[in-house]
Amino acid sequence: MACIEARGLRKNFGTTIAVDGIDLRVEEGRILGLIGPNGAGKTTALNAILGLTPYEGELRVLGRDPWTEREKLMRDVSFIADVAVLPRWIRVSQALDYVAGVHPRFDRAKAEGFLAKTTIKRSSKVRELSKGMVAQLHLALVMAIDAKLLVLDEPTLGLDILYRKQFYDSLLNDYFDRTRTIVVTTHQVEELQDVLTDVMFINRGRIVFACSMEEFESRYLEVMVNPEQVAAARALKPIHERQVFGRSVLLFDRVDRQQLAALGEVRTPSIADLFVAVIGNQPGGVQGAAR
Amino acid sequence: MNTPSNVMPESPLESQVAAPTVIPATRRFYWSVRRELWEYRSIYIAPLVVAAVFLLAFLIGLTFSPAHRHAPLDIIPYELAAALIMGTAFIVGIFYSVDALYGERRDRSILFWKSLPVSDLITVLSKFTIPLLIIPLLSFAIAVVTQFVMLLLSSAFLLGSGLSVGTPWARMSFFHMSLILLYHILTVHGLWYAPLYGWLLLVSAWAPRAPFIWAFLPPFVIWGVEQIAFRTSHFLAMLLYRLTGPQPSTSTAPGGTMMDMLSALTPAQFFSTPGLWIGLAIAAAFLAAAARLRRYREPI
Repeated sequence: MACIEARGLRKNFGTTIAVDGIDLRVEEGRILGLIGPNGAGKTTALNAILGLTPYEGELRVLGRDPWTEREKLMRDVSFIADVAVLPRWIRVSQALDYVAGVHPRFDRAKAEGFLAKTTIKRSSKVRELSKGMVAQLHLALVMAIDAKLLVLDEPTLGLDILYRKQFYDSLLNDYFDRTRTIVVTTHQVEELQDVLTDVMFINRGRIVFACSMEEFESRYLEVMVNPEQVAAARALKPIHERQVFGRSVLLFDRVDRQQLAALGEVRTPSIADLFVAVIGNQPGGVQGAAR
Repeated sequence: MNTPSNVMPESPLESQVAAPTVIPATRRFYWSVRRELWEYRSIYIAPLVVAAVFLLAFLIGLTFSPAHRHAPLDIIPYELAAALIMGTAFIVGIFYSVDALYGERRDRSILFWKSLPVSDLITVLSKFTIPLLIIPLLSFAIAVVTQFVMLLLSSAFLLGSGLSVGTPWARMSFFHMSLILLYHILTVHGLWYAPLYGWLLLVSAWAPRAPFIWAFLPPFVIWGVEQIAFRTSHFLAMLLYRLTGPQPSTSTAPGGTMMDMLSALTPAQFFSTPGLWIGLAIAAAFLAAAARLRRYREPI
């Protein structure tokens, strides 16, 4: 059974189409990065997956319909919508009590263990904590839940770089065990590159690109082309070209590495570069025509 | 530990080792109610403050006004204490109900609550329990303790002035008075007002902003429209009936105390009032709608 399976997932807000027929299959044990510009439909898609919003089309999460079975689903799914959703009045100890009280898979000792590594005091209220500490607290709560699927929507928004790094490190080292599935959206793509097993680009409510990171690394190569060979490089049909310090950097899809090595310095592109190439190459009419 | 369950997809061995995969609804409900008490501390602080201030005033009265000292049989201060505390609790209940499902959307914490396996219905019911049961019981406890302290203070002053202490205790029938108060609080402040709390929770779940205006404006509009269009005031009469509570069929003797008035409505009368059951049915409909609305609601 796939962890998440969607077919023709759609969601409109009035006349605005937020999610425009998404087909999606996320297998167990993957870490999927969902990347897209603002307003691309990432959060709406995630909300549908989490049973926070009704939708059209077919959607199964861990075999359940999220909209009608949210309560049951939440025993196996946890999510961090963003860092600012912990109630400001709650004390750290109360948050632990409450989650332990209502969640069958919450391991309080584990959460206390995570908190012990931080400077968060048990008696503090959330409003007294810094933004980074609130994120740590939320992560400690969520990581102590033995969930099958963890969904993170911009979990590190507004955090400084130290916390962001720490966040993903503890997620990988202390939480991910290859049987769990993680879906994460973020703007800070660079930080995720080494974390993900799969990447998906979403634009205007549609999935415009999807591949595994192994595939990504074998398919895409970026070459900083020697100035005299630019014409030869362009003949190989790069999918994107940009200028860095006056030199052309060309992005290729499925072009032989040896062949490219002759043109200049070859390396694996960053997800961000591919994102710009894919989204930037999309004429606005493409989605309209396909609809 | 648990009875074997055939609903669970996991192997039996696994389910024995792991913690129970389902937490009983009663426990989720219990923690949801506790959560409300953590968030809305005014539920108990406000009546406590009123009680403390009242006791202080009572003490001042005893100390400086000899008239009070010699009239220890006067029941009015005791009734006043109960009325003030209950009134405060009622107002707190109104404010609580208006904010209960709105506040969690305003501070975005609804996304946190919804990430936990607690249904919208349990959430709404736990929030309804606060004005229906928790606030009445709390205000009752605070009122009784306050009255008891008042009685002790009076007795102490009587002792000091060499009068018999027995009289007020015999006359007051403290236990009886408390029972009447408990009965009144549970029936009128709980069950009779249930549709009011239900309405406020519904508005709280729905209002895009300013839930207070949405809660209190529609009744005004309905009243006004009815006045102008039909020149009747059935709606206003209905509201007043709901607010004042069911009246006993036998009128109380003139000059009776508030306690006589409260106890005049017998349980048989109260529970056979159609208004009670209509009100409860309306409350149930409002709550069902509120729970359904909460499913759709997102942070503001």
